Amino acid sequence: MTAAAIRVEGIEKSYKNLHVLRGVNFEVAPGSIFALLGSNGAGKTTMVKILSTLLKADAGSAAVEGFDVATESLKVRQSISLTGQFAAVDEVLSGKENLVLVAKLRHLKNSGQIADDLLAQFSLTEAGSRKVASYSGGMRRRLDIAMSLIGNPQVIFLDEPTTGLDPEARLEVWQIVKNLARQGTTVLLTTQYLDEAEQLADRIAILHEGRIIANGTLAELKQLLPPAKIEYVEKQPSLEDIFLALVGSGNNAAADNNESVEDRS
Amino acid sequence: MSTHFFTDTSILLGRSMRHIFRSVDTIITTAVTPIALMLLFVYVFGGAISTNTENYVNYLLPGIMLIAIASGIAYTAVRLFTDMQSGIFERFHSMPIARSSVLWAHVLTSLVANGLSLVIIVVVALLMGFRTSASVLDWLAVAGILALFTLALTWIAIIAGLSAKSVDGAGGFSYPLIFLPFISSAFVPTETMPGPVRWFAENQPVTSIVNTLQDLFAQRPVDGDIWVALAWCLGILIVSYAFATAAYKRRIT
Repeated sequence: MTAAAIRVEGIEKSYKNLHVLRGVNFEVAPGSIFALLGSNGAGKTTMVKILSTLLKADAGSAAVEGFDVATESLKVRQSISLTGQFAAVDEVLSGKENLVLVAKLRHLKNSGQIADDLLAQFSLTEAGSRKVASYSGGMRRRLDIAMSLIGNPQVIFLDEPTTGLDPEARLEVWQIVKNLARQGTTVLLTTQYLDEAEQLADRIAILHEGRIIANGTLAELKQLLPPAKIEYVEKQPSLEDIFLALVGSGNNAAADNNESVEDRS
Repeated sequence: MSTHFFTDTSILLGRSMRHIFRSVDTIITTAVTPIALMLLFVYVFGGAISTNTENYVNYLLPGIMLIAIASGIAYTAVRLFTDMQSGIFERFHSMPIARSSVLWAHVLTSLVANGLSLVIIVVVALLMGFRTSASVLDWLAVAGILALFTLALTWIAIIAGLSAKSVDGAGGFSYPLIFLPFISSAFVPTETMPGPVRWFAENQPVTSIVNTLQDLFAQRPVDGDIWVALAWCLGILIVSYAFATAAYKRRIT
């Protein structure tokens, strides 16, 4: 067994009287997808901010790629990328300029080439020269994630990556996350959607009232429940199935690079 | 501090400058209100104001410049606040960059943007009859004092941008600053004011700065005013920088 990519031990954090994290423990294996599942206000974002060195914990310790988040924060920041809850893109700049900006800040050479490659990879080539203000929610999220991939960080944090996205854009993001893990990147994602954790994660931890109350693979978590009993139920298509059948682009949505606010109105 | 401080600051300065040049209206609006005030005071009130100078535009320009700076820095607070809201501030902070360059880029942008507004104002003042025999050295002194004043107020704007709860709050803190030049020697000599107002006017920072600039433009010897002006600017700068640093630390812990 190799060392954990992320190790969290007894992390606590309070905002004034609000005790958000009350001793969180978990580990994430390198190259795996780990989902932190919890309802709104469970402390998922606080946990991600501590791991990405934006917040300091009150107690406990955490390490990313073996570097302590409190004492070796610069080394942690060299190993990670954060995709926050709200797409952290610059509205005034174009898509390409956003990517070039991040590449330059990471002190990479040929930032223009890196930007062009990522635009192509995320089906944004055509929109690359337009201001981000004109992008749809899905395009913004794709750009946001593309910005996080610059410099090939070993660990990526995705904080509620699909909140506020339409079903198509959601499937695109899922595909991107799966590809990341296939390339060996460690992904920690937070979500409040059970199906998202079920679809993507190798391991799922449930964060509730500041503590991890369950942690395991999907199969392990299922064993915590009473044994399944067999019932015969007519399979109705879900609204998502209907929506995707009607708009007719369920699986190749990522290839749609003409999507924009204007097109959708 | 990381060795990349200067590189990172210049990259982020480039980003903010793109913002400025893509919304040139912020430079124009910063210049328009002071220019309107200048027109109002020169062509409407000016005839009734006795300043013992043959040219009221000459008397007025320094105060108008300070009003422009006081209103211009509000955009710095708004730009910083927008960065914090949009999450791009957090993105920068989670990257291996010199973190302080995020704030310094905004500070330098403020200097450049206010500088551009001041150039527009000086051009309009020249059209309205502003004349000076100031030498290059005098102009450098004027520019230096204005830059120091901008820097001091910009760090106040940084405090507002870091701690505001809404975009209105981020921009609104500058109103009292815009008002200060009215109770100073900027529009009328302080000798005409009643006791307590005169005392306030003569002992607040704007008057010493205005007097110094007026002296430099008029080629009069600058007396003690320049030291009072510099002391005020440096004092405000040091205090606001300290508070801004504290506000910044609160945001990232």
